[in-house]
Amino acid sequence: MTPRLDVFGGILATLMAGAVTAAEVAAGAFAMALAAGLLLAVLSTFARSRALQLAIAAYTEWMRNVPALAHLFVIYFGLAAIGLRLSPKLAAILGLGLVGAAVLCDVFAAALRSLHVGQRESALSVGMTPWQTLRHVLLPQMLRLAWPSLGNYTSQLLKDTSIASAIAAPEIMFFARNLVTSTFETTLVYVAAMLLYALMVLPISWGFARLEHRMEHSR
Amino acid sequence: MSPTLLQVDGLKKRYGALDVLKGISFDLAKGETLSLIGPSGSGKSTCLRCLNFLERPNEGSVLLEGERIGQLPQKHGGFRFMSDRELAPQRREIGMVFQLFYLWPHLNVRDNVALGSIKAGGLSKAEAYELADEMLDKVHLSQKAGEFPERLSGGQQQRVAIARALAQRPKLMLFDEPTSALDPELVGEVLNVIRELAEEGRSMILVTHEIRFARDVADRVIFMDGGHIVEQGRAADVINRPQLERTRNFLGQVAAPMERCA
Repeated sequence: MTPRLDVFGGILATLMAGAVTAAEVAAGAFAMALAAGLLLAVLSTFARSRALQLAIAAYTEWMRNVPALAHLFVIYFGLAAIGLRLSPKLAAILGLGLVGAAVLCDVFAAALRSLHVGQRESALSVGMTPWQTLRHVLLPQMLRLAWPSLGNYTSQLLKDTSIASAIAAPEIMFFARNLVTSTFETTLVYVAAMLLYALMVLPISWGFARLEHRMEHSR
Repeated sequence: MSPTLLQVDGLKKRYGALDVLKGISFDLAKGETLSLIGPSGSGKSTCLRCLNFLERPNEGSVLLEGERIGQLPQKHGGFRFMSDRELAPQRREIGMVFQLFYLWPHLNVRDNVALGSIKAGGLSKAEAYELADEMLDKVHLSQKAGEFPERLSGGQQQRVAIARALAQRPKLMLFDEPTSALDPELVGEVLNVIRELAEEGRSMILVTHEIRFARDVADRVIFMDGGHIVEQGRAADVINRPQLERTRNFLGQVAAPMERCA
């Protein structure tokens, strides 16, 4: 038994390097998805231009109905073909971020639209500008409504970093496959990988649930 | 006669093929309380919402102390509508109280009242909270300052909404059916606050179905029907001695259940 445990420890240590990359990719993509998703949601809800709304709807439908893996391939190999070579990590951040922007745009826009129009009118009528209204009245309420979906998205995103192994980004599954071919410890390696994912994703899920609980009880 | 505060001239509002306002004109003197009454769909609320340009009238003008609200003169004549951003300082001069309160549920009562003063009124936080406490005292809700809106009754929520509008230190207060969404036993506390404001000599326009309250508190009443002003005059005259058949019919309909309850 003891030597097996040793091997397992060694495997985990190797995969840890991948976990760092996975976390970086997830963090980068999350930041991008959050910023772009918020911007798109606000524009699609409040911009008066019909063309802009259609463009945003087309973007979110396209991004959400094509596998993320295909997006990664287009960004990594497609851009390289026209002379723009991104590192696998950067391509993964970009690809997952662009998909995430579409996902979060839909989540945020749905939450924004569910707020009563009177919330906006009462804020405008006390003399706040549209920006102040958004910042201080609408977005805080929107975020509460969107919070559970945002939590789901975030843990899904962490798991989805695994597809970046397909463009050779040095994340957990990438190292795992290499380890399998060199050690033939198939089960042990993949179970170790699963364990690492669970260790990363569970605290995120718990954190979101905890904050959700806190928000509910702060009012 | 006190000076004119508000001049409304020729307001028209259409929604597609539906004419909601067909040319509404009236003045409001400083310190005067005016009540708009009339059947549902007569255009009272739309009229009120056109005064601070939550609705843009298709035609007509609104002047507050001679300043044109919501419209900017153009170089080559004519006017264009202001954006919500451009309207913000003008809306600050006009307090509005909605039928459904529209308090902000993520902020406590004190923050609901203070937020506008901090963000739009140029007050420091300390000043804004001091003012908020003063206004909450005015609506008799000082003890609820730390509560969140969902913990309050409808009547209390509406009084907070009134305090929020008062904190704008507005030249004019607009009330859009402030008691229509309330349980009957909560109507009185809100009307009492409005009565106190009227007695302070605030300039107010009140859309209401509380005919007796309008008679007792308003200086003047305008009866609207079908997008027109049908009859107007001193509150007691219009309500006790309406001149026109249409006014009499309406008052008869709303008075009947009122008398039954009395």
